[in-house]
Amino acid sequence: MPRQRSARSSALGVTTVRRIPTTPMSQRGAGALRRRLVVGGLVLLALVLITFSFRSTESGSLSGAQSAGATALRPFAVGVDRVAQPFRDAYNWTESLLHARSDAAQLRAENARLRQIAIQNQFAIQENRSLRKQLHYVGSRSFPRDYNAVSAAVIARPDGAFAQSIVVDVGSSRGIHVNDPVVSSDGSLVGLVMRLTGGSARVQLLTDQQAAASAIDVRTRATGIVRHARGTRETLVLDRVRKEDVVHEGDSIVTAGWRANGLGSVYPKGIPIGGVTSVGQTDTDFFQQVQIEPYVDFGALDAVLVLVPKTRTAQ
Amino acid sequence: MTVTAALRALAVVFVAALVQAVVISSTYVFGGTANLLLVVVVALGLVRGSIPGAVFGFVGGLIVDLVTLDTLGVTSLVLTLAGFWAGRYAETTGRGRALAPVLSVGVITVLAALFDLVLHYMLGEAVSAHQALITSLLPELFLNLLLAYPVFRLVRKLVGELVVLQPSGEVELVV
Repeated sequence: MPRQRSARSSALGVTTVRRIPTTPMSQRGAGALRRRLVVGGLVLLALVLITFSFRSTESGSLSGAQSAGATALRPFAVGVDRVAQPFRDAYNWTESLLHARSDAAQLRAENARLRQIAIQNQFAIQENRSLRKQLHYVGSRSFPRDYNAVSAAVIARPDGAFAQSIVVDVGSSRGIHVNDPVVSSDGSLVGLVMRLTGGSARVQLLTDQQAAASAIDVRTRATGIVRHARGTRETLVLDRVRKEDVVHEGDSIVTAGWRANGLGSVYPKGIPIGGVTSVGQTDTDFFQQVQIEPYVDFGALDAVLVLVPKTRTAQ
Repeated sequence: MTVTAALRALAVVFVAALVQAVVISSTYVFGGTANLLLVVVVALGLVRGSIPGAVFGFVGGLIVDLVTLDTLGVTSLVLTLAGFWAGRYAETTGRGRALAPVLSVGVITVLAALFDLVLHYMLGEAVSAHQALITSLLPELFLNLLLAYPVFRLVRKLVGELVVLQPSGEVELVV
């Protein structure tokens, strides 16, 4: 090692030498190895968890562990939710205030229209009852008569970039099963129970990219499948509506609740989904393009009702 | 890392994970949501190094996946790598730079979104790239950048920064 002597240090009799690094190579190498081992181990563990979680069934051992973990964390999640609720309410209130004026005019017009429809519906119900009695009609489960509603608070919302879902604070201990339908407090369709633990359930929202529900136009009886509209967060489309069927703007879309060959839709018929906002068709498409504005504000769900069938036979 | 610092960091991650899962992920601003947990994990990586960053990223992700009943390990994997990268950046060139929190949060938010997209795609989920990379990512990036510096300062105050003794270049031997 060359000695680095300057004139000043030579004169003073002081020797300046390059200092040997305090961390020897072997120690640095050991640090790097430890770092790689830790991160490699964690990545491997995460991949193992993903694999097992993805492949495990509802009754699998990992589901049990996840259920136990979720149950243990539930009180904390509920606590955070309660603390945050006033702030969330204030945020929603401020946001709604910005849209209040336009909403009021729209609601007045809708109220007048609904009053007319309500009178017609009263008459139709009476007529329907009488005709069903005459025909001895046996149908599939109807909403809400054949269901018990279990009220649930929303306690968590997974990141919305990929999955549109919520977690509610009721689970299998309250008689809830996977695929039970979920509605809002005013009875509009929210989604479907996808995963369960004893005390919580994950609900796939209708706006999720993998959600779909067979639906029908109340006025014209045109049928289709309600799906998430690509590229938007809260808009739905009524897909697979044939060109010869008639759909008008403002029509109400409800679940169709089809039943065939012993199989049936997981949703009972007659649950309101939304109103038609636009109808279009092109020469090249086989079907019409019907856009729906859902009745539920999926971003501001605080409480929902899980519909538990009174009898679980014959779906 | 001392036991006290580790416990403090764990508490910070635990609270951030719960707040993220319960509150922030449903609070839409400009059509997107912030990712507080990611920002906290990045901040932990910056102040404590790559190994604590990776470990607390894994723990935070696991808590979110448990609370939201999501596929276990997905969020953990993303946050483990996020915490590790932030830590490595701090250990190599980032420590002491004023813009390090903002820069690392910005870059890691974009990388995490891309990785998350690929991961969900590989798991067979219906993924809209436009939704994940434009509709959600741009507001998330903006909100995360807003959070970056305050969260970094808060985490540094609560957990404490790792003191690295830099070896001096020269020593004088008095003969």
